Amino acid sequence: MAVILEARNLQMRFGAVVAVDDINVSVGEGEVIGIIGANGAGKTTFVNMVTGYLTPTSGQIFFEGRDVTALDPRQITRLGICRSFQIAQLFPEFTVLDNVLVALGIAKRRFFRPMVRPDMVTAGLRVLEHYGLSEHAERTVSTLPQGTRKLLDIALATVEDPKIVLLDEPTSGVGVDEKFGLMKTLMAALQNQGATVLYIEHDMDLIERYAHRVIAFYDGKIIADAPPAEAFADDAVREFVIGAELHRQPKTEDYGNGESSASSDSC
Amino acid sequence: MTASPAKDRTVPVLALAFAAVALLGAMAPGWLVFLMQISLANGLVVLGVMVQMRAGLVSFGQGLYFCLGSYAAGMAGSFFGITDAFVLLLLGILVSVAVAAVLGLQMARYREIFFAMLSLAFSMVLYGLLVKAEVLGSTDGFNVPNATFLGYAPSGDDLQLAAFLLTCVICFALAVAIHAYLHATMGYIGDAIRQNEVRVEFLGVSVERAIHLKYVIAAAISGIGGVLTAIAVGHVDPGLAYWTTSGEFVFVALLGGTGNIAAPFIGAFVLEFVRTYAFEYSPETWQMVLGATMLAVILFLPGGLWSLTKKWSRARERRES
Repeated sequence: MAVILEARNLQMRFGAVVAVDDINVSVGEGEVIGIIGANGAGKTTFVNMVTGYLTPTSGQIFFEGRDVTALDPRQITRLGICRSFQIAQLFPEFTVLDNVLVALGIAKRRFFRPMVRPDMVTAGLRVLEHYGLSEHAERTVSTLPQGTRKLLDIALATVEDPKIVLLDEPTSGVGVDEKFGLMKTLMAALQNQGATVLYIEHDMDLIERYAHRVIAFYDGKIIADAPPAEAFADDAVREFVIGAELHRQPKTEDYGNGESSASSDSC
Repeated sequence: MTASPAKDRTVPVLALAFAAVALLGAMAPGWLVFLMQISLANGLVVLGVMVQMRAGLVSFGQGLYFCLGSYAAGMAGSFFGITDAFVLLLLGILVSVAVAAVLGLQMARYREIFFAMLSLAFSMVLYGLLVKAEVLGSTDGFNVPNATFLGYAPSGDDLQLAAFLLTCVICFALAVAIHAYLHATMGYIGDAIRQNEVRVEFLGVSVERAIHLKYVIAAAISGIGGVLTAIAVGHVDPGLAYWTTSGEFVFVALLGGTGNIAAPFIGAFVLEFVRTYAFEYSPETWQMVLGATMLAVILFLPGGLWSLTKKWSRARERRES
């Protein structure tokens, strides 16, 4: 598997606080990686550095072999690294379709051509269809529920087949009944596009279900980088990220240590 | 927000409106022609203000480019004997764009009140320079020679009519061009920047460059407005760059609204007519009449006069349904 993204010795300081310290990550093309960790562990800081929102204090980021450490968000987006946000970043006064049309117009570099053209509208509706948003096309964004906004946020980030998508807590603020449907829809859409996906998530079920690999952060450092089963079995991950008492029954069986299923119930 | 191209009748309606205004000008008395000419020229500057307002930026210094355009035309005529209106227009555009391209590098870094104050500061710097420039007539300014039109050199009423018709044609052409611009992706990017700068940047557009472009476009239009005013009035003075002139353009933008390309022209016409008649019938308190007009618009029509059209169309839809 070819390496598409590589972070070497990344460090991010905010004054005396070291938010991310000596991070080394290598991401293969087509991987789906779940990023876990408690609040303040450095997950979003890592995503912010990869997408150009923050410039690392030290270290380097390579994308397809090219050093992108000092590039700004606009340049990084154009290279094919796209992201969504914890709080959906949309244009609230526009309709859902207009949000997508603006994103498409920018992606296709059609700055001085009419935005509302039949071919663009068709393309925009196709994007909405991929994300199951067709029925909301004419609704103003400010009237949408949270889950729909999250999907639209991701749809905007991915209108032009990105190479890597970084999703910052795609299901945060979304109801329990909505979040599994949302993840199913967006993972199917991203798989269609063949994108490499890194997603920050607090729900371990969603990590287990979709991630090929888990990167666990704690106190600015990576404490585990392994397939889900292996990562969840890691003592440090259990203690600092998942919480040992919440560890799930199927995993404990995998380890063959005969722990009771009570922890599964509590989960 | 989506405007179906099939339903957009702005351009044909504008064509009819400008044709009607031109026809009226051909028959109206001189004072009315002058009033309409000044309204149209001011409308162009307000169009520039509107382009920036759509991106959430309020310029309290648009008088800078209005004045630069006027002085470029005036100086070309007085000092170099250039009187052809088309050459003067070109000079006005060049000077405005050149200055805006440089100042815009700094302006594009600021937002909200800081953008407003910096734009005001730049225009007041020009005002200060012109006031001190005795060669340019200091506070009195200087007269601008009569314009010619590709070799045609009219005088008196013919000159006024020719200048008026040229103003109509240019205003119409620019209104159509800006309408097309606002309906292109780059136009929508202005609205998008006002709503969420972060998302625009993460879609792959430099917000600063987009604002810089809008600033330069606004300056070019305002410079043209300045040239047309200089030709119409036949005189330029530093007051064109004074902050009250810029404030008036913002006043008109709020009065007309930013919902359509026609709004700045409607606002400019209404202001000139209210001012003229307020001055005629209430010379001691005409400013109060203007203030009351503005207050009424802000209270009852926060979207400006143009929002009336939306109210009417909504009422019609309700009746039909």
